[in-house]
Amino acid sequence: MSKSLSVFAAGATVLVLGGAYYLADSLVEKGGTADQTVTFVAGTEPAAEEKVETAAAGPETAVAAVQTVAAGMAKPVAAEGGAASLEGAGGDADYADEGFMPSGKLGLGREALPEEIAAWNIDVAPYDKGLPPGQGSVADGEEIFAEKCAMCHGDFGEGVDRWPVLAGGQGTLTADRPVKTIGSYWPYFSTVWDYVHRAMPFGNARSLTNDEVYAIAAYLLYVNDLVDEDFVLNQDNFASIHLPNENGFYMDDRDKVEYPVFRREPCMTNCKGEVKIVMRARVVDVTPEDAVARKRAEEAAKKAAMKAREGAGAATPAAAPAPAAPAEESKAAPAAETKPMETASAAADPALVKKGEKVFKKCKSCHAVGPGAKNKVGPELNGLIGRPVGSIEGFRYSKGMKALHDAGKVWDEAFFAEFIKNPKGTVKGTKMSFRGLKKDSDVEALIAYLKQF
Amino acid sequence: MTEQNGGPKTSRRKFLTSALIAGGSAAAAPFARAASPDPAITEIQPWNQELGWGVDAKPYGMPSQYESHVVRRNVEWLTASTESSVNFTPLHELDGIITPNGLCFERHHAGAVEIDPSKHRLMIHGLVEKPLVFTMEELMQFPRINRIYFLECAANTGMEWKGAQLNGCQFSHGMIHNVMYTGIPLKFLLEQAGVKPNGKWLLAEGADSSGMTRSIPMFKALDDCMVAFKMNGEALRVEQGYPLRLIVPGWEGNMWVKWLRRLEVGDEPWHHREETSKYTDLMADGRARRFTWVMDAKSVITNPSPQAPIITGPGPVVLTGVAWSGHGKIKRVDVTLDGGKNWHKARLSGPSLSKSMHRFYFEFEWDGRPLLLQSRAIDETGYVQPTKDELRKIRGVNSIYHNNGIQTWYVNEQGIAENVEIS
Repeated sequence: MSKSLSVFAAGATVLVLGGAYYLADSLVEKGGTADQTVTFVAGTEPAAEEKVETAAAGPETAVAAVQTVAAGMAKPVAAEGGAASLEGAGGDADYADEGFMPSGKLGLGREALPEEIAAWNIDVAPYDKGLPPGQGSVADGEEIFAEKCAMCHGDFGEGVDRWPVLAGGQGTLTADRPVKTIGSYWPYFSTVWDYVHRAMPFGNARSLTNDEVYAIAAYLLYVNDLVDEDFVLNQDNFASIHLPNENGFYMDDRDKVEYPVFRREPCMTNCKGEVKIVMRARVVDVTPEDAVARKRAEEAAKKAAMKAREGAGAATPAAAPAPAAPAEESKAAPAAETKPMETASAAADPALVKKGEKVFKKCKSCHAVGPGAKNKVGPELNGLIGRPVGSIEGFRYSKGMKALHDAGKVWDEAFFAEFIKNPKGTVKGTKMSFRGLKKDSDVEALIAYLKQF
Repeated sequence: MTEQNGGPKTSRRKFLTSALIAGGSAAAAPFARAASPDPAITEIQPWNQELGWGVDAKPYGMPSQYESHVVRRNVEWLTASTESSVNFTPLHELDGIITPNGLCFERHHAGAVEIDPSKHRLMIHGLVEKPLVFTMEELMQFPRINRIYFLECAANTGMEWKGAQLNGCQFSHGMIHNVMYTGIPLKFLLEQAGVKPNGKWLLAEGADSSGMTRSIPMFKALDDCMVAFKMNGEALRVEQGYPLRLIVPGWEGNMWVKWLRRLEVGDEPWHHREETSKYTDLMADGRARRFTWVMDAKSVITNPSPQAPIITGPGPVVLTGVAWSGHGKIKRVDVTLDGGKNWHKARLSGPSLSKSMHRFYFEFEWDGRPLLLQSRAIDETGYVQPTKDELRKIRGVNSIYHNNGIQTWYVNEQGIAENVEIS
């Protein structure tokens, strides 16, 4: 104990503040000096200075530090709030400062400049509140959509895989499986403009010009049969657009419809007669594999069978209870097929690979790489460098990629570098909407990273 | 509420408890006998002989290797990409009321982004006297408070509307976590800018590439909302919005905007994507409820459950679970072992805080016969958690969100549990 004390004490006066409580504890244990140290913590009594001096620190600095503490304490922030907090801290309060609400202005922060507000305040609300000027036609929108949106949403907004469906679905809201699209469900058109502008394309947000957003929005009206093919959307006609389901919404009414029903005296005994199982998750069988849960179930079954045997007087039939479903499923656990990384080229520079991993963040919304990587919006990239172009089975490549495949082109480092710096310029018609990496150093790092898989 | 504590099972439980207290008299619990000495005792174990690792071997401590299965899990078929997806808190592995930071479920709309706090700003503008910008350092100069709240995704249990589907409370109920936040009362922050009298709504916006936005009514913003920078004592985790997130106690998780960078005061809601095309509740008649903010009272038994069967056979069982309400505190949780014929009051344990998870226990002696387990929460407003069928009767099965119906686990003779629905 004394050893640690001397370490702290010798650690100069900077430690006076941070180490105060520690010192206090230590001194109390040494006995006799508890009073002095408590005052020291409060930082007002001369005894404190003495203590610091004996602790072999520069006395002047120590005094200064103590004074700073005293000055700080003299000016409590938000005094009114402090008072309120005392009232709030009744004996029954769950939180000691329940009801604490400081008030007054602290003068922190600074005034936001108009340019700063303009940079961030991009939100658009019904029907055209906050909408910037611009225009776009259905025809332009079709082209942009095909290039930047269709890989997920389909050429006509029909949706690819599990990506959102944007068109159709009218009249399905009461159906078994409602299709909720801009045309069938969304109440306000301004939401479309706002969302595309702030968040699309997925993984390359804020990259569309205002006119492009207008054009895409116009096209989305068109594929929902709400405008003709020659329609041009602009800031003047925007507010005249009303979506079909605008009046399909109403304010949460649970407080009227549900709460009076569910605020009730619950039944405790003999509440119902026979109880039957009417539905089982096991039948649907869509739960992800959980090896531990399965092992536990097997263990339970084993134990139950054992106990049954143990307790088997004449009463228990020899047959063990029917094995439970999880146990009988011999779906071998996907034995954690983590391929070790050492298969990669030993010469890889770890720093470069690390950097490449960062660069890959730009790719990973569409591409997967690594053990078990599957095709996403783009093909999986395992073994990319050195593999033939357009060679992943089951992936629908663009015409451009298919042509290269047929020509026997291979993804060597040079060709990949060329492509990734300018995708659309290198492979005409590629579905990849990525604009390209600018820096050669990023390209180099990305290649180093991809070569790990 | 009437006090009906009867039923044979409860009395057995009482008997068991008193037997335990009495030191387990031989008559009450005949002890098992070992056939041979236990090597775990008779053999010297390596940890009893060798040195463990030194301090600083693991500067940021992690759980034991024997707990490596306690992780968040994803249901892959739910979404098109992991960057716009959700994973689930392993509720069946947890106890008490606090969710460890690394196990808090994730929901991202454009991936979890790592923000350099020195480049993060919070802007307050719109219908205010003076638009303001704060750095993180300046926010740290504000008085702060500590509060424990649950965050539940409105879509939690959303896959169960049409029937029992996912076998495990992690998947059926794991879009929830319960955390102590440190942050600034939102009301005080807004006061710095001075909200104008016609400022009735607040738009909260995140800094990630989904540009997440939600409209929040001013009455809530001025009530108990917070702008938080710490969770369970340490900085917010990246996947929970580091360095700054909005706390909207008791209301659906989608509103708790992560990576919070902007608060705009307005006179009307913005009707953005996440409050129109999503997070609106489609009813059976084809119309939809909007602004269904509050999370109603709900509970679930976490053990036993499909991922946590009874592996000890007949004998004492600790049934436990969690309950919560966006309307305040949980007053009571009832538990049934027979599918709702008879109910027993569970024991709430640990802190009982408004809009926080509550932990409940019901210890009983299992006789090895099949069980139909359910729990129902009752909150301080007297709201009793409804059955799923009661909800379906009012809402139909296509509302996705706000499914707080009573969950049933069927436990068979072997102790194996399954997600079922009962008559």
